[in-house]
Amino acid sequence: MRITFLDYFEKTVLEKTSLCAVIHNDKAITFGELRERALWFAMRVAETVNSAVNSPIAVFLPKEIDTVAADIGIMYAAAPFMNLDVKTPKERISNILERVRPAAVITSRKFAEVFGSVEIPVIFTDDDNTEIAPDTQMLERRRSKLIDTDPFCIINTSGSTGTPKGVVLNHRSFFDFVDVSDEIFGFDGSEIIGSLSPVVFDIFDFELCMLMKHGSRLIILDAMLGAFPARLLENLVKTNVSFIFWVPSIMVNIANMGLLDKIKLPDLKLVWFAGEVFPTKQFLIWYDSLSHTKFANLYGPIEITLDCTYYIIDRRPSETETLPIGVPYRNTDILILNENNERCKVGEDGELCVRGTSLAMGYYNLPEKTSTAFVQNPLNSAYPEMIYRTGDVVYMRDDGVIMFKGRKDTLIKHMGYRIELGEIEHIIENDLRIIKYCCAVYDRGKKEIVLFYENDREISVQEFRKAISSRLPSYMIPAVFIKVEEMPRNTNGKIDRLLLSSRVNGEK
Amino acid sequence: MNEQILDMLKELRPEYDFETSVDFVMDGLLDSFDIVSICGMLEETYGIKIDGLDIVPENFSSVAAIRSLVEKSLGK
Repeated sequence: MRITFLDYFEKTVLEKTSLCAVIHNDKAITFGELRERALWFAMRVAETVNSAVNSPIAVFLPKEIDTVAADIGIMYAAAPFMNLDVKTPKERISNILERVRPAAVITSRKFAEVFGSVEIPVIFTDDDNTEIAPDTQMLERRRSKLIDTDPFCIINTSGSTGTPKGVVLNHRSFFDFVDVSDEIFGFDGSEIIGSLSPVVFDIFDFELCMLMKHGSRLIILDAMLGAFPARLLENLVKTNVSFIFWVPSIMVNIANMGLLDKIKLPDLKLVWFAGEVFPTKQFLIWYDSLSHTKFANLYGPIEITLDCTYYIIDRRPSETETLPIGVPYRNTDILILNENNERCKVGEDGELCVRGTSLAMGYYNLPEKTSTAFVQNPLNSAYPEMIYRTGDVVYMRDDGVIMFKGRKDTLIKHMGYRIELGEIEHIIENDLRIIKYCCAVYDRGKKEIVLFYENDREISVQEFRKAISSRLPSYMIPAVFIKVEEMPRNTNGKIDRLLLSSRVNGEK
Repeated sequence: MNEQILDMLKELRPEYDFETSVDFVMDGLLDSFDIVSICGMLEETYGIKIDGLDIVPENFSSVAAIRSLVEKSLGK
């Protein structure tokens, strides 16, 4: 019986002990060595936090082989991992740590200073590398009480109150996603995955599952390569990557630079993309350049574990056609509900809600936020049954395919990151207090965050950037700052966001 | 042109010291979002189109490197 992903990983290691599991630039590790290193981490976790089963362990490392080993090691110690981005401003890290209170942090000496004033035990990857004989019996005892709905990982995502929300995902929901993906796409371990996503994305967790379950090989591609697409593609060629799961923004860049004609990718068999709408014009450049490759558009918020709908592009779309988000994954039910919580008719707009094993357990230490997003299925009054309300507005075509329309609130997807515009406003208005009022909107054409603000004096771009970058990661910093005499307000006195948004998006 | 390029960098990343860094990319002064922004700024300011194959770390390591990238693109 499978309870955690380790049940798969142990088998994979037996079958592929001396085969290469992960490659990062000129470093590589076999499955056997990866297990050994993971057990080293597990022992460190177990001795540091003896009784902490199911308590989150934070990982603060750049994306490297040790991050993969640490995540698996934490699993061996019967705990969920919470990967953090080393580029995140210190204060934001403190906020996350305060909310989640992990039992320990794994990091390297280089980042010791970040955790200097934090009262959480720190485990250093480069500290005392002496051999500790892994006590696998002790670790097994720790895991013996685990069930498949115990947490696999925690992923932090932007929250409107200025502190990210930690989504708790369990082992069973990952089993579900990987099982169905296997059925649709026939994964068998022969995949060589070009892993570009930051370790804080759920895409990285999926790649980890592929490695653990199937023994697929991970090629770690440095985040910096995202800026240098030619290098990125050369890397794919060199390492024979056969499968990528990327966000469209980087793929749009590659298409616009005309690189696909110049650098051929003969080994690339499968391309998944998710997280944003892929503009059809640029998608067609990929589609036409890679005639041997299968493409699929996936859709889903973190709260339902990766994705819940998919659309395999099996014919050439016309340039004016929008790519659908597709049809539900098997064992996931999609409800499109109108404002009265009734099922929408074909063609009618409504909120996409999800029912299934894929649902997250909720947000860590945030009961109120959890209970607004994870709610009783309004179509079932007979027994408790949760659904997740995504806040995404969609409609169903008469052929049963679902089309994405927009958001009910101010959540945006920008460079693959999910950003709550309210969080940017909250930080600038209430924490930094550099201006009186502000409102952030998204320029969908230029793909830029625009900040309107009201203040007595004008603030320079430099001043804004300097202040904001101390609190928010770079992808959340507005690109344009516009001072207005007075914020437009609607009849109940709230800032008229729609008006400002239509101003930058050129709508009437 | 050097001054102009330095100003661009300072506007983008006021928190960093570009004058003392020996390699902007290796020193982590510019991330992938910044490279996209810089390319856009250079293309707009100098009316050039930068070839995708030229967008490599070496061409963004210093002001001089960015300058030769612009000059190369101007020559095309």
